[in-house]
Formats: sequence, structure tokens, C-alpha cells
Amino acid sequence: MIQVDGLSKIYRVAEKQPGFAGTLRHFLRRRTRDVVAVQDVSFQIEPGEMVGFLGANGAGKTTTLKMLCGLIHPSSGRVQVGGFSPQRRQAEFLRRITLVMGQKQQLLWDLPPMDSLRVNAAVYGIPDGVARRRISELADLLELGEELTRPVRKLSLGQRMKAELLAALLHEPEVLFLDEPTLGLDVNAQARVRKFLAEYNRRTGATVLLTSHYMADITALCPRVLLIHQGRLFHDGPLEALAEQLAPEREVRLELESPVAPDALEGLGRLEQLEGCDVRLLVPRDQLTAVVAQLLDRFPVRDLDVTDPPIEELIGGLFRQGRV
Amino acid sequence: MGRYWRTLRRFWSTALAVQLEYQANVLIELLAVAMSLSGSLFLLSLFYGPDQTLGGWSWAQALMVQGLYTVFDGMASTWLRPNLGAIVTHVREGTLDFVLLKPIDSQFWLSLRTLSPAGLPEIGLGLALLAWGSLQAGVVLTLPTLLMVLVMLLAGGLILYSLWFLIAATSIWFVKTWNATEVLRALLASGRYPLNAYPPALRLLFTVVLPVAFLTTVPAQVLLGAAGAPMLLAGLGLAVVFFAAARSFWLFALRFYTSASS
Repeated sequence: MIQVDGLSKIYRVAEKQPGFAGTLRHFLRRRTRDVVAVQDVSFQIEPGEMVGFLGANGAGKTTTLKMLCGLIHPSSGRVQVGGFSPQRRQAEFLRRITLVMGQKQQLLWDLPPMDSLRVNAAVYGIPDGVARRRISELADLLELGEELTRPVRKLSLGQRMKAELLAALLHEPEVLFLDEPTLGLDVNAQARVRKFLAEYNRRTGATVLLTSHYMADITALCPRVLLIHQGRLFHDGPLEALAEQLAPEREVRLELESPVAPDALEGLGRLEQLEGCDVRLLVPRDQLTAVVAQLLDRFPVRDLDVTDPPIEELIGGLFRQGRV
Repeated sequence: MGRYWRTLRRFWSTALAVQLEYQANVLIELLAVAMSLSGSLFLLSLFYGPDQTLGGWSWAQALMVQGLYTVFDGMASTWLRPNLGAIVTHVREGTLDFVLLKPIDSQFWLSLRTLSPAGLPEIGLGLALLAWGSLQAGVVLTLPTLLMVLVMLLAGGLILYSLWFLIAATSIWFVKTWNATEVLRALLASGRYPLNAYPPALRLLFTVVLPVAFLTTVPAQVLLGAAGAPMLLAGLGLAVVFFAAARSFWLFALRFYTSASS
């Protein structure tokens, strides 16, 4: 469904020195330099796949996504989506894709989402009856009801995002490009959006490419992930492999009833921090359950917490370790 | 074509709904139009004593020009400013992406997405002023003249739109172009007086480079029987040229946008 070969994008950016003198010089004579946003990226996505697109800020995720929708022309390389060349933005191609951006909205701010939906129906040439049926189906899935007839400005962020999704899916696209669709949502709203995307993918067989800062989005939805770093594709494969590669250890935080000596924790993972009753341990994934059981058994534990470091940290750590 | 028509109806019905969300705003805009019109009529009356003319135009004839100016100014408030002004916002906030991903012509979307009905009374006032001025100036309205005036108004509208769109399209490079459209509005304001009231150099500028003359003075001349078919053709020709320029410039700008934006 999506085929990318040797894709690169180089931007020419202006350089400006700080301060007034810098501004003046910048205004009179612009100095530019080339920045490589995406470099020689290749991958293939089969119809119906849900693929997570990971990377730190500025890694080139959004640029790649925009090249896939045809909003940006590649500097070199080849992109095909559903047999189309995106950059030509033919109407037939545009009818098959959709782009959802968590930080931008297409719904009219002052009107209920229903009005924007009717505009989209007309733009995509969807007959009224069909549009009504699709809206009610999608609204059911998204658990949207009277929100559709309330002005967008009066909706919560979560409701607004769900309405955005409805607007983006009204034309039943075959390929979904989702750029941070859960950005800024609370945990419940994130979970609902995730549930919806999984269900939508199951029902329609749509291909989904999703970027997110929240690891939970990716773990819940995407069996396969692409990791991009500094414009290059670094990992393409199952999430487990990446997680193990990135974070072979998990962090265990303990709050004890009484302080312990460091020796007492010998053999229970790597001790990162010990301050009075607060303990922080790094435990290899495969020993996690055994270690937690021992901890609970041996010590008076007041609180215990097991976390994965945030994805940004994992990726950052990976590249600091020079494993590229 | 049916799809574009249906889209247009949806565009405008939502635009109307947005306006009605803010009732007070509609009243305020109406008030502003009335005040601005009476202000410019007062200004115009200062030029005229009893039996005086301005560049060979009598008071009644000058009123016709003023009426035509008011029509175009109303058109700018109703149609051009709300739509073409939004292009800047689209570029700055990145929502232009949504427009470009719709299977519909982006220039169509950006040019006709909304309407501000608050400008409609101004168009009505302008037409009334034009009618009253014509009556005073002793214009005899025949069907051919009426048709010619209508064609000239359409051509004038197209010229103004194309100029405005050209400037708005440059926001793809400069992002902020509000000031430039304000300059255009000021230029349009120069059309509130008959062309002959200006020195020859400005007359040339307003006819050829920024054809404000074709918006107001020429249609008035058509009504007065002072301009014929050649002027009409010139006006139409200019309209086509300007529109073609705006269209090709937009396509060029898009090519730039899609190969440069992030």
C-alpha cells in the first residue's frame, strides 16, 4: 500500500545571529545552510497494517508523513501510496487518504462539528444519505452524541479530537496518516481514541501510519514500528524487539517502611539510588517478576512502582550509547 | 461541477451561521458602513460648491462614481477580505495543509470559503447611490447600457479579486501580508473620485498598472454614454489577464510551498 525507496528531504534554512545586529544582517543578506531532514529512508507497508512511527522531536517524522501525503515534495527518492505518486495530489489519491494532526484542527471553531462534516461531505461528493449513515456509525464508535451539535469552541479537547477524527474519516479513506492524534489528551481520552483506531482498522482494513509521543499509543496499536533518528531509519520491526533493544531494563521504585543497607539489595538488579527509604533499581526485563516478588517478600514495602522510561529518554539513551 | 456548486452552498450557509453566532457584530458592522459612507459623502461635498465640477464631472455624476466605489468596497468586505485575509492565517498556522489535501481546487476553496453578510448592505447602499446619481445626472437607461454596466461590474470585480489574491498568495513566502492588502484597499479608495480628478501620471497608473479606473470611472462613463465598446473590451481583456496572472501565480506559489514547507 505504501512504498518508500531512498526517500530524502533537504531543507534550505536561513541562519540568523541573535540580537539586533544579527537581525539587521539577516535582513540585508540572508545566509542559508542545508539541513537534512530525512535521509535515504526506505520501507514498505502492506494494506491493513498499523505501523507506529517513532522518533524524537525533529527526527523527521512529520516531514516523512507530509511527503507521504503529498504536502512536501521529496528532494530525492520515490514514494508510492496506493499506486499513486502523492506529490501530484490527484483528486483520486486525495480521496483515499486522510491526515489527522493533533496540533491543528480543520473543524470550524464557531460552529458545531456537524456543519464542518456537511462541508466535508460536499467537498468529497458524498451523497447526503450516505454521509448521514457514516456519521452515525462513526459517532457510535467514537461515543459522540450531542457534542456534534454543540459549537466546537465549547467542546473539551478530547471531544474535539474525536470530532476531528470523524471529519477526517468521513470519506472512508484507505490510508490514515495520524500525526500525534492523542497529543494533550488525558489518559481516558487517549485510551478511547486508541480503542477507536483499533476498531476502525479492524472494521475497514485501512492502513494506518501513526506517530506519537506516548509509548502507550504505540504499544496498544502497532505491532510494527519504524524508528527514525536524525532523518535516518534506525529500526523497522516488531515493537518488542525495539523495546528490548532500547530498554533491556525496567525501573523499579520502592518506598520502604524503614531504611535498608545497600548490601541488603545485593542481587536484586542494579542499584541506581538509595536515599533513606527511597530505592530505585534497574532490573532486567526477564527477571522482573522474580525480583519484585523477592522485594515484597524481604522488605516492608510501603509503595512499589515499575515504569518504562519515556520513549524520548529511551531513544536518547540509545543514541548516547553509540549503538547506531 | 455539481459537487462544486453543492460545496459552495455549504460554504456559504456555514459562513452565515458563523455570523449569526455573533449577533452584536452584525449590528456594529452595519453602523460602521453607514458612518463611513456618510463620511465620504461629506468629504465629496466639500469639493463641490454650487454649479462646480470636478475634472469635468458634475456632483450627480461624481455621486455615481462614489456609488460604484461603495459597491466594490462592499464586495471587498463581503467576499474578498474574509476569504483572502484567511490565507495568511492558513499559512501561518499550517492549516493550509487541510485545504491542500481536499480533492477540490485549492483556489476555489480559499476564494469562496466564506462570506461576510455584513458587507451586503454596503453593496445595496452603493447601488442605491448609483441609481440616485444616475437619475440626477439624467441617465437614460436602456437594456444594452444596463448589460454593459453589468459586464463592466463583473470585470471590475474580477480585476479587484485577482489583484487581491495575487497579494494574498505572496504570504506563502512572506507570511505576513496584512499591510500589503491594506495598501490595496487604500488604492481602491482612490477609485471613489472620477479618474479625471487626478493628475495625468496617476491617471495612467490607475488605468494600466492598477486598473482602479475600470472599477468605478469606466462603468459610470458607460452609463453616461461616454464610453463604448472599446472600453468594454479593454476592461474585459484586463480582467482576463489579471485572472490568468492570479491563477498561474497561485500554482507557482503552491509548487514552492510544497517543496519548501515543513
